[in-house]
Amino acid sequence: MGPVKAVVNKIIPFSSVDGPGNRTAVFLQGCNIDCKYCHNPETRGMCKNCGLCVEKCPKGALSLEQGRVCFDSGKCVQCDTCIHICPHDSSPRTEELTPEEVSARVRKQIPYIRGISVSGGECMLQPEFLTALFSLVRAEGLTTLIDSNGTIPFWEYPELMEVTDGVMLDIKAFDCREHRHVTGAGNETVLANALWLAEHKKLYEVRAVIVPGLYDTENSIRQIGAYLAPCLAVSPFRVKLIAYRPMGVRREYADQKVPDQEYLNHLAEILRSYGFSEILII
Amino acid sequence: MRDISMERVNKTREAILDIIKSPVLTHEQKLTNLAGQADSLMEVLELPEGLDELLNVDIDRQCICDLSEGHAPVRPRYIAPDYAKFMKEGCAFLQLPAPTDLYEALNSLLIFYKHVPSVTNYPVYVGQLDELLEPFIDTVDEVQAKKLLRMFMIHVDRTVLDSFSHANIGPKPTKAGRLLLEVETELEHAVPNLTLKYEEGVTEDDFMLKAIECALHSAKPSFANHKMFKSELTENYVIASCYNGLPLGGGSYTLCRLILGNIAKRAQSIQDFKERELPYVLNIMARYMDARVRFEVEESGFFEHHFLVKEGFIRRERFTAMFGLVGLADCVNLLLKKEGKTGRFGHDEYANTLGVEIMNIINDFNNSHEAPYCEVSGGHYLLHAQVGLAEDQHVTPGTRIPIGEEPQELIDHLQVLNRFHKYFPSGTGDIFPIDLTVHRNPEFVLDIIKGAFRQDLRYLSFYSSDSDVIRVTGYLVKRSEMEKLDSGLAVLQNTTGLGLGASKNGHILERKVR
Ligand code: SF4
Ligand code: SF4
Repeated sequence: MGPVKAVVNKIIPFSSVDGPGNRTAVFLQGCNIDCKYCHNPETRGMCKNCGLCVEKCPKGALSLEQGRVCFDSGKCVQCDTCIHICPHDSSPRTEELTPEEVSARVRKQIPYIRGISVSGGECMLQPEFLTALFSLVRAEGLTTLIDSNGTIPFWEYPELMEVTDGVMLDIKAFDCREHRHVTGAGNETVLANALWLAEHKKLYEVRAVIVPGLYDTENSIRQIGAYLAPCLAVSPFRVKLIAYRPMGVRREYADQKVPDQEYLNHLAEILRSYGFSEILII
Repeated sequence: MRDISMERVNKTREAILDIIKSPVLTHEQKLTNLAGQADSLMEVLELPEGLDELLNVDIDRQCICDLSEGHAPVRPRYIAPDYAKFMKEGCAFLQLPAPTDLYEALNSLLIFYKHVPSVTNYPVYVGQLDELLEPFIDTVDEVQAKKLLRMFMIHVDRTVLDSFSHANIGPKPTKAGRLLLEVETELEHAVPNLTLKYEEGVTEDDFMLKAIECALHSAKPSFANHKMFKSELTENYVIASCYNGLPLGGGSYTLCRLILGNIAKRAQSIQDFKERELPYVLNIMARYMDARVRFEVEESGFFEHHFLVKEGFIRRERFTAMFGLVGLADCVNLLLKKEGKTGRFGHDEYANTLGVEIMNIINDFNNSHEAPYCEVSGGHYLLHAQVGLAEDQHVTPGTRIPIGEEPQELIDHLQVLNRFHKYFPSGTGDIFPIDLTVHRNPEFVLDIIKGAFRQDLRYLSFYSSDSDVIRVTGYLVKRSEMEKLDSGLAVLQNTTGLGLGASKNGHILERKVR
């Protein structure tokens, strides 16, 4: 078997929003669901090398060589034209990297970071890669977090869980039908994952993107509170309420209502009434 | 005393009249400026040959700058009194016995501040406030203690009219330190500047997080690498003025600066710069500083007569002087251009390496120059990365990367800085505006500070990109006060005017937000 490679959309050396403290955030390409409010749709699909973006790049940073799209980072001005035009929710600026290569890029940030967080796309589509990467960075004294939509069962990957410090889990709607409406997929595994992770002390954070109008957000938060409250006794975890913002969202979905602070505080209050104490609103 | 021309006298008289009539200067600001004009008529220093064409020329050719210290220094530039001694013994000259409770301690300090001279006429160091006040903090209940500290800090902000004034706290967490941070978070004042001396393992994380929250509200405290400073200056050091590391109970006689970009203009090539022009200017600046130091010690009478010396709050033997520089980036970029290369300081390895080579030349020179009356620093001056002046145009502070050219990623920025901070025991620092979202993750900043200090960075400042109090180059100003001044209204603090100048000439509002 050759080395497990992953298509990496980007690596953010210092991130303040992907877990505790300062972390290097790694975004893997490819996703298995389709959230209407996806904030980085260009991470969803795999590049088909169709070449459409090549002609549209204003700086000549893209080219087609032997049927594959090539990217010259020196010429790129980050105008994002390519990802807006791509019909396959992909990006020509990705790289195919081995766990060793990614961990070498992470090493540069030591000693300024306390760990790494891997996100996507959906990074759990590549569990072997994650296991290899996490083993490497853990040997450097870093902590490891997974940011996941929860549709892939964590309990099936004990080796990965062994080297994972925690999971930041999205619950995009509590009601299964609503979850399907928001993402195109059901949430049976998501909810089962939440309990399993909490029980195994691997649940670092539960995240809910608040998009009033898209689904019944208040009811969903109430049910998440009731469902997960018993887990707090096993190990505490925090809840992050993320206000929907139209930045980066695909045009056809970008007209959702942005929740106001008052409403977000109201949702936080509901969670508090179930015994949650660490609630972040962003 | 040497004669001067009538032309110069008349020019000075015109300047005096302008000051008297100025609509934007407060009365105190006028007095300070008038004194400066009077002093400018003096010619008493034994100046080295060649100085004139390096010092008294147009700003775009000036290679040495004495930062408006005047021609006949009447006191050391920066004074850092031993306030702990004052708290223990009181002061005979001021007729103050040792304080016995928090009321007396704060009152005594406020009185003392009004009698500490400096180049700005305001105290540049107001003490290690947590240690000074901790013994008194339980003499009143906590609510009262906080209220008293609050009034004390308001008093300092409104009477010490210059944010080159600096208070210190840390490295150990104390109740007084915590209360001070709480008060400062609420007040959002520009004065005094505040530094927390941080040492991993000594300063507890929760104390640091409190300090970081305070910094994101009021742009202070800044964070000093305690381990590094104490290895160079012993435990008895202070952070004064902008970010200057100086011996406690002493200070700095003088601070002059090299304008490296202008020195580079004189050079034909990199080799010419390194071997001829730079050593030439280094030598003249050192001898100019020697002359200033000698006058202060041997002729001004300050060290014989001032009560701070007589009562032992400062000692002549605890003074040194700061050998400053600005514009390393400008210098490197210009030299590369002269050699037909395209690299930029902060981005290209050979440009950064050239910066290091230049710093090594300056450092070696300083270590071989025998400076008079600088026993406390081994008979040499201390290098200082000066932060610039409001009038500076196209001059990059110290060894910083120019605003607008910061590397895209903070990690790349930090990896350049950690090659330069080690040269400057008497101060250097870098400033990072931080995105608002970090308010919810102050540990992000904590991790950066921890990493930075493990990598021998010396001094870091952070502020939130949307706060009213912002850090200009080393000192703090309020955006709202700058706007007032810009619209033609007089403002209380002297540094507001400097901040306004720096925002127009130095682009300080355009720093890359992290
Ligand atoms: S990134 Fe998109 S548009 Fe560009 S080649 Fe790949 S699939 Fe085509
Ligand atoms: S973002 Fe895409 S389109 Fe824009 S310059 Fe870079 S490669 Fe070209």
